[in-house]
Amino acid sequence: MFWEHFAVWVAAFLTLGIYSFLYKDNPWYKLCESIFVGISAGYWFVTLFWDNIYGKFWVGVFPPTHVNELGESVRTAQPDYWLLVGAVLGLLMLLRLVPKIGWLSRWSLAFIVGATAGFYLINYFSSNVMRQVQDTIMPLFGSGFDASAYVIIGNIVVAVGTFTGLIYFFFSKEHRGAFGFSAKVGIFFLMVTFGASFGYTVMSRMSLLIGRIDFLLSDWLGLIR
Amino acid sequence: MQYIRPTDGGRRSRLAFGFLSILIVFAALSAPVVAQDVVADTPADTTAVSHVPAPATSVVVDDYKYDFGDRLNLSWVPSIDDQIGERMVLGYIVYRSINGGEFKPLESLLPGASSFEDKDLHADSSYVYYVAAFSETDTVPSIHTQAHQPEREFIHFDLLWLFVIAALISFSVIYFIWMARAGKDLFVRKIAGLDAVDDAIGRATEMGRPILFIPGIQDMDDVQTIAGLTILGRVAKQIADYDTRIRMPVSRSLVMTAARETIKAAYQIAGRPDAYSDDMVNYVTDEQFGYVAAVDGIMVRERPATIFLLGAFFAESLILAETGNSVGAIQIAGTARPAQLPFFIAACDFTLIGEELFAASAYLSGEPKQLGSLKGQDVGKGIAMAVILIGVISVTLGKAFDIEIFNWIADALSTVFSKAGGS
Repeated sequence: MFWEHFAVWVAAFLTLGIYSFLYKDNPWYKLCESIFVGISAGYWFVTLFWDNIYGKFWVGVFPPTHVNELGESVRTAQPDYWLLVGAVLGLLMLLRLVPKIGWLSRWSLAFIVGATAGFYLINYFSSNVMRQVQDTIMPLFGSGFDASAYVIIGNIVVAVGTFTGLIYFFFSKEHRGAFGFSAKVGIFFLMVTFGASFGYTVMSRMSLLIGRIDFLLSDWLGLIR
Repeated sequence: MQYIRPTDGGRRSRLAFGFLSILIVFAALSAPVVAQDVVADTPADTTAVSHVPAPATSVVVDDYKYDFGDRLNLSWVPSIDDQIGERMVLGYIVYRSINGGEFKPLESLLPGASSFEDKDLHADSSYVYYVAAFSETDTVPSIHTQAHQPEREFIHFDLLWLFVIAALISFSVIYFIWMARAGKDLFVRKIAGLDAVDDAIGRATEMGRPILFIPGIQDMDDVQTIAGLTILGRVAKQIADYDTRIRMPVSRSLVMTAARETIKAAYQIAGRPDAYSDDMVNYVTDEQFGYVAAVDGIMVRERPATIFLLGAFFAESLILAETGNSVGAIQIAGTARPAQLPFFIAACDFTLIGEELFAASAYLSGEPKQLGSLKGQDVGKGIAMAVILIGVISVTLGKAFDIEIFNWIADALSTVFSKAGGS
């Protein structure tokens, strides 16, 4: 019971310390900031070690064994020696600590950047380009002018917004004349979208604030039951 | 949609637990009612309990199309005693035999199930299945399937159009890279905000305050981080020329390594390798809001004259941009995260929107590879614009006036792009 109360008091102390930054930078905030940064860095180190170095690499290369009913020691899975490639690339990163051969760490960086770019190319191309074009190709007035005014306006907004938005992000031509006007229409659509997104996200941030205030007033002070 | 690291996993778990608890309580409350109904309706009918359900029929195993030879699809027609209202079957158990060996239960499925996807198979083994429907008292097996070996397909023909269009754009990129390398001047329009880069660095120099560069919170596998670091190379060279200070806290160790390399190279190009120090870039923490707390502290204590926010940002974008604004820094931001752009536009002096970040990276670096990529992507955008224009006009006229040629064009484009989009 004592430790539960103690944890609530510590959480309230840290919450108020972080909020004190809204007034100005102060020693209380600095203390909370240092605790947050220090603990989180340590937490991530431990998490990454147990998740990756032990959980993926060590267990993958040296699968645990168990004793079966015949008393034999049996592996729970086949060793995955491909993981050694990743381990070697990881070790190359550590060579930065040796200035003479530190350049070898660039191989690991190059592998990560290149492999990721290739891996995501098709997925992004498929979802962000092809599917978007496909979904934009639609009859503006429905089949035989049967769509409602609401649907027609929606269709026109999607088609014109996508087309002019693409014009805005076309970098091989100066934005002048009709092309420039279309680009301005495109940026207008973008700004309207950003405005809506801003309001939506601010409201979701309010829910985070309410969550913290709820913690302070109910868990800590007990003013709300 | 804001991205918040899995620190709220506990909350989600509690929600899931709460939801599960409600389900369990609901099930506990409803179960006796059902039992009472059965008892009340059929007090002496014991034959129904011992009645053997009909088996699942038409059990067929098919190869999973376009896989690595590691999956099979099993399908069947559910038992006729597996119907809503009179459901006697409580579920199905899928049994599997590998290479003629003993049948072993593989998966238990809920009533109404009519298919199962068997994964992690080996292409050199053959598999036989049967499905057993079970009631409270009996288990009735279906007939066995034919032995089937999963097949590996090396080419995914459903993605042929995706390949064709991607190849077209790729060749355009290669062509423009080749043109840039050959010395041809590739035109890229001026991007608003880039002129401000030099002014912002000059301002920091005149005020004697540092420049803060924040490359987002993602790792080197994010192209936005790479674009941010490319711009850093240009910025760092200018900083070295002006003998200004740069401060760069990062949240990823790999980004720290790459950023140090970038700044070091820029200082060498500027002819001032002696002025470079590893302390210009320092790792803070991987934790999203821990990083934000530290960067906010740096902003208010060191009061940088210029802040660059270029990379992948999530829920921390507004906190960083507002704090930077409050200390009076000139801020140049850029990200391809649509949800974060509104905050940068609201709180920063200049914002590179989406692809402008990558274009700026190419524009500032002047590298043939980046310029060629940018021009090649413009070819892709040109294709997309043409397809949208032709497609929308065709499908609108075709549907409105039932004109065959327009319908044909619309159908053709729809087919190509639905295949290319993988749908």
